[in-house]
Amino acid sequence: MSAAMTEDEHAREISAGWQNQLYEALRRNGVSQFSYVPDAGHRICIDRSIEDKDVHSVALTTEEEGVALACGAHLGGARSVLLMQSSGLGNCVNFMSMVQGGRFPFMTILSMRGDFGEGNPWQISMGQATIPILKAMGFIVLEITKPEDVVPTIDAASNMVWKSGQAVAVLLTQKLIGAKAF
Amino acid sequence: MAKATERSAGPRYTLDRITAVPALVGNADDFLVIAGLAGTAKDMAAMTKDGANYYGLAGAMGAAVSMGLGLALARPDKTVLVATGDGELLMNVGALATVGVLNPPNLRILCVDNGHYGETGYQKSHTCLGVDLEQMAIGAGIKSTCSVESEGDLAKGAKMLRESNGTCFVLLRVKPTDGPKFKRSLDPAAGRVKFRLGTLGEV
Repeated sequence: MSAAMTEDEHAREISAGWQNQLYEALRRNGVSQFSYVPDAGHRICIDRSIEDKDVHSVALTTEEEGVALACGAHLGGARSVLLMQSSGLGNCVNFMSMVQGGRFPFMTILSMRGDFGEGNPWQISMGQATIPILKAMGFIVLEITKPEDVVPTIDAASNMVWKSGQAVAVLLTQKLIGAKAF
Repeated sequence: MAKATERSAGPRYTLDRITAVPALVGNADDFLVIAGLAGTAKDMAAMTKDGANYYGLAGAMGAAVSMGLGLALARPDKTVLVATGDGELLMNVGALATVGVLNPPNLRILCVDNGHYGETGYQKSHTCLGVDLEQMAIGAGIKSTCSVESEGDLAKGAKMLRESNGTCFVLLRVKPTDGPKFKRSLDPAAGRVKFRLGTLGEV
């Protein structure tokens, strides 16, 4: 028990480092709206958006609200990012048709479940379906497996979204976040 | 074509959307407008002449309120009007809770409730079977709400849409008949470019 706790604590410390960097990279790239359904994988990013008086922190009842929110934000000239767990992607699919059909620039960051070392069988189906669904809806997928790749990937995704007008999903894989961390 | 004489949503649904929506909204060009698919998209397209301040959905059912919220947060200098139908709102009614928590002062939600799914052949919706969307908005924490179901209620609703200090929710009950005939663009990308060029001066 205590050994497991220590391992979890160590994972949390590493995770806190890159999660803080991730938030700061999004802010540096001009993101002013953060939407989310509460999720352990995005905990620090969510908490920092709540504390940050210069952004709108939008708690959603279901993930697809965040897709529409981001499209509305774009119509108003703001940058909005949807933070969700991979299981939330299934809720978003029909609204993603607006992103694709409307060619809205759109960024979502997914904390993965069910992709590497998952121990909850309920998470496997959506985890394994995540990339095929994103590809089917015309999204570009960028996967992060190492903490040092978080900031460069957010910068790359930001360019592809807000300079090239693309829809990009950044996947925080379980190789990055760990299957045991939550 | 829909025949009004064959269909009713009940005794509270007597107003005609063709006159009641313009009476409530007034000059639609005072707002940035997001319209839900089908009936309200046509109502608002006709009132704005599919103008630069109008983005109407023809799919993504349930997206209108959340889209309006994102726009309202991005444009605190403008008043955003979300006009949507009962069926569209029911599909993502949790969005009212998201709005209620944030209460942006520049967001107005107008639900044109005809008790039916007009676009798919006027099947009954939950609202004509007893569900009250104003009560759901109240439960979601939206503090300014009203229901409009007679000529005498129109002034109250119009005043709320114009003067509310926080987010408001106006439920307009109308009979289940077609809205204005208006040919609008169904291209979601062209609509995005039109809206941004017209309201932000950039694509």
